[in-house]
Amino acid sequence: MGFPHKPHARETVVLSQYFGDSDARGYKGWVKRGGYQALERARALPAAGVVEEVKNSGLRGRGGAGFPTGLKWSFMPKDKKKPHYLCVNADESEPGTFKDREIMRWTPHALIEGTLIAMYAIQAEVAYIYIRGEFTEPLAIMKDALVEAEAAGVLGKLKIHLHRGAGAYICGEETALMNSLEGKRGNPRIKPPFPAAVGVFGMPTTINNVETLAAVPPIMKRGAAWYKAMSLSNPKSTGTKLFSVCGHVRQPGNYEVTMGFPLKDLVHELSGGMRPGRTLKGCIPGGSSVPILNREETESCLLDYEGCVEKGTMLGSGGVIVFDDSADMVYEIMRLARFYAHESCAQCTQCREGTAWTMKILERILAGQGKLEDLDLLLDLSENMTGKTICVLSDSCAAPVVSGIKKFRGEFEDYISGKRRPVMVA
Amino acid sequence: MAENLINLTIDGTPVSVPKGTLVIEAAKQTGVLVPHYCYHPGLPVAGVCRMCLVEIEKAPKLQIACATEVAEGMVVHTHSAQAKAARMGVLELLLINHPLDCPICDQAGECELQDFTFQEGRPASRFSPTYAKRFNPVEDFGPDVLYVPNRCILCTRCVRFMEDVAHEPVLNVSERGDRAYVGVHPDARLDHPWAGNVVDLCPVGSLLSKDFLHKARAWELDKTASICTGCSQGCNVTLDARDDVVVRIRPRPNLAVNSYFMCDHGRANYRWMNRGDRIEAPLIRQPDGSHRAVDWDEGLDHAAEILRGAGGSAVALVSPRTSTEALFLARALLTDLDWTGSFQTVMGEEAPLPGVPNLALRAERAPNATGAELLGYHRDYARALAALEHAAVALVLDDPQVAVPPAGALIYLGTVLPDDAGAAVRGADIVLPITNTAEEEGTFVNRDGRVQRYWQAKPGPGMAQPAWWVLGEILAKLGRGPHLATAAEAFDRVAQEVEVFRGLTYSRLGFGGQVVPRGAGVGVPA
Repeated sequence: MGFPHKPHARETVVLSQYFGDSDARGYKGWVKRGGYQALERARALPAAGVVEEVKNSGLRGRGGAGFPTGLKWSFMPKDKKKPHYLCVNADESEPGTFKDREIMRWTPHALIEGTLIAMYAIQAEVAYIYIRGEFTEPLAIMKDALVEAEAAGVLGKLKIHLHRGAGAYICGEETALMNSLEGKRGNPRIKPPFPAAVGVFGMPTTINNVETLAAVPPIMKRGAAWYKAMSLSNPKSTGTKLFSVCGHVRQPGNYEVTMGFPLKDLVHELSGGMRPGRTLKGCIPGGSSVPILNREETESCLLDYEGCVEKGTMLGSGGVIVFDDSADMVYEIMRLARFYAHESCAQCTQCREGTAWTMKILERILAGQGKLEDLDLLLDLSENMTGKTICVLSDSCAAPVVSGIKKFRGEFEDYISGKRRPVMVA
Repeated sequence: MAENLINLTIDGTPVSVPKGTLVIEAAKQTGVLVPHYCYHPGLPVAGVCRMCLVEIEKAPKLQIACATEVAEGMVVHTHSAQAKAARMGVLELLLINHPLDCPICDQAGECELQDFTFQEGRPASRFSPTYAKRFNPVEDFGPDVLYVPNRCILCTRCVRFMEDVAHEPVLNVSERGDRAYVGVHPDARLDHPWAGNVVDLCPVGSLLSKDFLHKARAWELDKTASICTGCSQGCNVTLDARDDVVVRIRPRPNLAVNSYFMCDHGRANYRWMNRGDRIEAPLIRQPDGSHRAVDWDEGLDHAAEILRGAGGSAVALVSPRTSTEALFLARALLTDLDWTGSFQTVMGEEAPLPGVPNLALRAERAPNATGAELLGYHRDYARALAALEHAAVALVLDDPQVAVPPAGALIYLGTVLPDDAGAAVRGADIVLPITNTAEEEGTFVNRDGRVQRYWQAKPGPGMAQPAWWVLGEILAKLGRGPHLATAAEAFDRVAQEVEVFRGLTYSRLGFGGQVVPRGAGVGVPA
């Protein structure tokens, strides 16, 4: 088990305060650090008051879409006629993202507390934590923590179930996750109906990301105003966010910064910058599913929902994949396409066939057999794969391809013209 | 009702449809077929093929017509440049892994992938020919179903049928990405009594009927609306005939009877329509016991002569597979006598289709038992046989297995003479050749009292004529009615003379049929 780095002076440590502090993992240690006070405070309020508080904090979903959390909770039916469920999306499978894993490894009770507050707010009796199948260690830690929390009586009559996934990327999509929980094939569902109306087992359901829920206890404890005040750029993006930095940096890891923090500083300062003699080529700021940024964009991007959109990309899950000048962008994009082709659930035609075709064209270019028309074909194909399917897996495959060809066209052309030697065999 | 109607515009045509209607169905109302694969009105919506993408004004992106409900004031463009480009894209992607083996594919000619590709596909694929297509071997799914995975476009209609309609989920989508295929449960077979519907549901040639395999090309088939003769459910079907041979039966939608489906028993029940050992001419019994072939004039005269001199009691033994018109006219021939009429039906196992209410392969394996009952024929066959012993006249209507020879004269209207020398009909005084269901027009009454028409799919053999025509001619010769030239005239006579059918007309029965008045008595006007 690796210990995380010491917090950098420019980090704003809220969620990651006890990362590396193994005493905080247990129930006693967590209570000693002020744990479960937020839950008490929340339970003293009416449920609608908790929703209001979270709304006022400006907290937005940390799983990728950035939907306002309080607003999502308020969609649950007010007159309760059916059981309500909470799903916790701990199926963190976005390439380049490893923040939820650390939350569950070091502060399992933060997640349990946040889950209990959310259950109270949406009037759910049962919550399911859908945990990624490969997360064996976080699963064991969460299991222990849940047993402790139950023994300590903080759950009351509520039930929290841990459900282990079986290794499909698509099960991190909220409706696919629900199908998977129900024992069905993990296929995304068509919306509407939305989960707040018809969710898991056909009942009203709210689904939140681990990081989102872990941020709820501090909000309840210290108030919406405190959380809302944490914003360096756009006031619509508030609080802190964990960024998982990986790739060509000297100190990859999780860094927690206030919304609006410059991406440039995250890459060059917090995560140690490039290796000696290397220069930055670009990065993918929000997990593999968002458009790639080139160097200029990376160095001018502010890390919040609006700042990323301004640069033509998205904040996504906060998985920052950094490329230095040694990176072969054609190869990197092919690897991403291969991932999506492997993980497509096979429902929608554009995704099932399109991801595999994209991969094949990229492989052919890397084998030195590409044609210049292939680039237009890739762009046209990507257009066909964008905004036309049930979920966004297909869009996610298209995003790096389109931005990659736009920003690194020369690298593609070098393979096609033969200037660069093939790295694959057709 | 009017306030529940939603007004919208589709391709410039205003249309009003009930609330909750899907755009794809509303489009049908305006005569627009939005190309689609996974959508089927008899199955739950899946929304996976993404073929039916249409442009809806004010929507941020293209929407699938199969999962979008109509809204007041909605403006839909099914053939805008954007929508057509999206569908062209889907078609190109579907053809990436679809083999172009149409020349040896049974589906060719009735393939939705062919049709829509011709309609709005790309003239050539941009998928480089150096790539191999996905390959999986042909699988034997069940008694009558083959799966050709290479042709599969994963619309999941078959999976949804087995899961949501047959309630026997033995199919699934296995694997994922472009490796996906439809899988069958390792310990199960696709042998549900209604499993054959997956072949019809398949929009391409991926699921094939073994029975129909390589039998005919779709464009060689003459299609005729008919009624399944397999049981008393009365499923609406289409008879597909090639060169006057029925080679396939497929369900014809009728939401009041069989939805979009038919069972495998009915589907396989067509070979008898093509049998060759048929009676082809009227036969008159000679003193030495042999039969002499005669023309219709002589045959009908002879039959009329037998009846004209008859007195006392009469027995009619009829098949519940004959038309309502023939059953009525047979009775009409005997009403002057002290008559009794009966029929017997073959019974079998009942096999319901759980996803559709009131739809099953019925235990009673006859299409017109209800019609026979409504017309006064009873089920006490033994009593009728006993009555034969002192009957002056026996009329047998296509019930060749009668074993008891009657005391008096025997008139046999039939399609076949049994080989069995002991069969009473071999000694009939007169044998009149009639057509079978595929060779004539007429009606059946299903178990719910629905009178349904069937149409002629092929010519009858030799001189054979519909039983209603033969009986009508005999009645005319006896001066007891007009010549009946068409099935419509025959039916309209039934409707005039039998209380329970009153008010119905042949033309108004249409393709969907009509239910006879409930609880009405079975009366014979004087």
